[in-house]
Amino acid sequence: MPITNTEPIDPKVYREMGLSDEEYKSVTEALGRHPTYTEVGMYAVMWSEHCGYKYSRPILRYFSKYKEAIDGAGLENAGIIDIGGGLGVVFKIESHNHPSAVEPFQGAATGIGGILRDIFTMGARPIACLNSLRFGSLDDARTRYLFEHVVGGIAFYGNCVGVPTVGGEVYFEDCYAGNPLLNAMAIGVLKHDDIAYAKAEGVGNPVMIVGSRTGRDGIHGATFASVELTEESENRKSNVQMGDPFCEKLLIEATLEALKTGFITGIQDMGAAGITCSTCETSAKAGTGMTIDVRKVPVRETGMSAYEIMLSESQERMLAIVKKGRETEVANVFKKWGLQAVVVGKVTDDGLVHVYDNGELVAQVPAKSLADDAPTYYLKTSEPAYLKDVQNYDLSSIPEPTDYNEALIKLMTCSSIASKEWVYEQYDHMVQTNTIILPGSDAAVLRIRETTKAIAVTTDCNGRYCYLDPFNGAQIAVAEAARNLACSGARPIGVTDCLNFGNPEKPEAFWQFEQCVKGMAEACDFFGAPVVSGNVSFYNETPEMSIYPTPTVGMLGLIENAEKRCTSNFKNTGDVIALISSTCEPDSLAGSEYLNTIHGLAVGKPPALDMDREKRVHEVVIRAIENGLLSSAHDCADGGMAVTLAESCILGKIGADVSMSDCCSNAAALFAETQSRIVVSLPDDGLGALKAIADELMVNCTELGKVGGSKLSVIINDVEVISLDVDELEAGWRTSIGDKMKESGI
Amino acid sequence: MKFGVVQFPGSNCDQDAYYAVRDVLKQPVEYIWHQSTDVSGFDCIILPGGFSYGDYLRTGAVAKFSPVMNAVQEFAANGGKLIGICNGFQILCESGLLPGALIANNGLRFICKYVNVRVENNTSAFSHKCSKGQALSMPIAHHGGNYYADADTIKELEDNNRVLLRYCDERGNVNDSSNPNGSINNIAGIINAKGNIAGMMPHPERAMEACLGGTDGKLILQSIVERLH
Repeated sequence: MPITNTEPIDPKVYREMGLSDEEYKSVTEALGRHPTYTEVGMYAVMWSEHCGYKYSRPILRYFSKYKEAIDGAGLENAGIIDIGGGLGVVFKIESHNHPSAVEPFQGAATGIGGILRDIFTMGARPIACLNSLRFGSLDDARTRYLFEHVVGGIAFYGNCVGVPTVGGEVYFEDCYAGNPLLNAMAIGVLKHDDIAYAKAEGVGNPVMIVGSRTGRDGIHGATFASVELTEESENRKSNVQMGDPFCEKLLIEATLEALKTGFITGIQDMGAAGITCSTCETSAKAGTGMTIDVRKVPVRETGMSAYEIMLSESQERMLAIVKKGRETEVANVFKKWGLQAVVVGKVTDDGLVHVYDNGELVAQVPAKSLADDAPTYYLKTSEPAYLKDVQNYDLSSIPEPTDYNEALIKLMTCSSIASKEWVYEQYDHMVQTNTIILPGSDAAVLRIRETTKAIAVTTDCNGRYCYLDPFNGAQIAVAEAARNLACSGARPIGVTDCLNFGNPEKPEAFWQFEQCVKGMAEACDFFGAPVVSGNVSFYNETPEMSIYPTPTVGMLGLIENAEKRCTSNFKNTGDVIALISSTCEPDSLAGSEYLNTIHGLAVGKPPALDMDREKRVHEVVIRAIENGLLSSAHDCADGGMAVTLAESCILGKIGADVSMSDCCSNAAALFAETQSRIVVSLPDDGLGALKAIADELMVNCTELGKVGGSKLSVIINDVEVISLDVDELEAGWRTSIGDKMKESGI
Repeated sequence: MKFGVVQFPGSNCDQDAYYAVRDVLKQPVEYIWHQSTDVSGFDCIILPGGFSYGDYLRTGAVAKFSPVMNAVQEFAANGGKLIGICNGFQILCESGLLPGALIANNGLRFICKYVNVRVENNTSAFSHKCSKGQALSMPIAHHGGNYYADADTIKELEDNNRVLLRYCDERGNVNDSSNPNGSINNIAGIINAKGNIAGMMPHPERAMEACLGGTDGKLILQSIVERLH
């Protein structure tokens, strides 16, 4: 019996769930009647920004692959990048910001779990995780608590599932104090022949739920992601899911093994919006429908309503569509791994998702309407007023430091620049024994077994730059990611992005979003690294403040010959240090970490970026690495030239004598964050060959000095401005974060 | 000669151990499923690292009740070579095949990094290719690697040359600052009285190739191969 004679839903109820009056009206039009309570809950979550991208969709069209996919075959498998030899790499980044703000340990842990399922649901074995984190200042006790438990949650989950966490980034800025960011990225490898699809094909095929039981955790998690954080958010811990990494590990092995049987015709992970999302999306993609009975779903609590079962975001579950008559074979694989696999329904041909509660129909919804017809909004944009003030700030009033050594030490120990060892030593970054450049260098590098290839991965975004100039800042994020890959010897092949912004309904925030996406899209196309997957996270605001616009770039690069790779540490006494750069414009401190740390200022127009020159700089370094010329290559970024040199010294446990002649101030020569610069070291006899490559690509190659001794010495225009023992530089840099965290308690 | 790598649910270094034996040592190797009750035909069994059975209750506490462990116990009682790495060491201690226990690191955090360990006993089946006092560089990756035993047990281990490896600095000095997790006497690995069972927290299977950061792990696993030949 179809559902008829439904009563209107109380506006208070659907508004509380996140639907507007207008959207509620659209729901009644789609259904031709008022929705049931279960149905309205399903719409609210599927049409939230988090699942439905109702605000971001028009802007995301700037990404060329996204536009192609939306206008063509759909987003399915848009994220697979061919690396030759019949192999593909899949990768994706996703935010778990709000859960991490209220329940940092589980919020972070389930962020890792969710992104891993996105990878193995495609039939790929996860080979690495990265994460990009943003917090307030570590001087604040609440921030230390969040930092301790976010890192702890990542370690708890990632270490147990046996996927190495090989890299990422951590920044500390006051604007993230109330709304920290956790962007989790995962990478997997598959044979093209093994790709699994999230489609409910084959009318009559049984639908199975595999993995964990369903509980009340995480109900309306997606809706929770689509509002600002307030005092009340603290009470929304029940919106945060609980993770069981042991179960996830079993689910990885069982899913990959079950897919090998060939009896699974479609499979989708259950993340945001749980069973609702997976049933309607797989049906919509295949143009089919589905009937399920919620009472067949294994639950971990008694008395759960149909509404709760449909909306639960319990972790470690998958929806699998199985060839009719092959249920037992598939279930046996999951049983072997100690997991349940239960038939809950079947595929139909009517385009509707029918939800029964012990035989009684409680929802009857067009799959496509739920999955694809979320309203699209074209929001207003308005350039924020603060921009002109910060960009036009008069930097000439900033005094030169009285002691450059002291300024450098201060920078080396600021949390954003200091060693992240305290973080990555808590992550198993070696399991699977493929990590051939360990954390701490510019990019992590993983070999691909049974090939000669390797991939390099990095995440990058300087939020301050994006705050000061969203378009340019986003382009720099892409350029810096590509530069990090170049320093390891890799050419970029793809990007996944995590777009973290404030409330999109505020025109200034939406303007930042549009500018960043435009800049990023253009840069990704230019560097040959299309955006193939990603995630939008809005509402990263508290009543006090909004975060910096933070469009995190996760970039993947390919090294054809894994032997030809490079790290950032100086290696041999007597090696020449050279700067590969594209410009001789005077350096400016605008937007720098120096201004931020030493003067407490986030001002100025961030450094200019000439993408064409930037790309040639990368090519010089990559070719030099391929020709075996370089001992080290290190990207010049946060903290400028002085920090770059200091890091190469510390990591190499060796000193350097550097001499520069510069037309700008000493502070700018040392600490400006001029783009398109890479500091390399190499044996003397390779310098001619390096210069020849640089000449060919019309890039500057400037000798800076020599590696050796136990001290970093920098002379500018014949005056020694930096003279520090490497041990002294190292001491503060290495222990800064750990020392601050000693007070955190666990 | 054949190696076996036990796969418990939650093992996650099983494949690394398998590859190390097959691809680096070039020796025959097979996986052994945790529900298997027959381990005949194997000459050396590896209990790999990971989080067997989720490490619920205590690390290794559930794994000792695994069906395969009866067969493994019997295998070891008959003199078969048995090595437990990381979670495998924890399982050996829980099973009583090795004395003592591995409790939470004294910093209460997971630690993954290369450390140095000094070879204290270089005559065992697991270390005879090392020189005595040699400092090996191998990674650790654990939350519960803090070796603990009562004073009598420690004395027995020390007196009978059953401490295999001790955390040290790169020059081989054993002191508090080279102790990453609080282990008594910096103990990183031990053997049983008969010398056919070894447990260690460092991961030799992760230090088998220069590209991974070190090759000292080969000395451990190659020692087993040569002793078996």
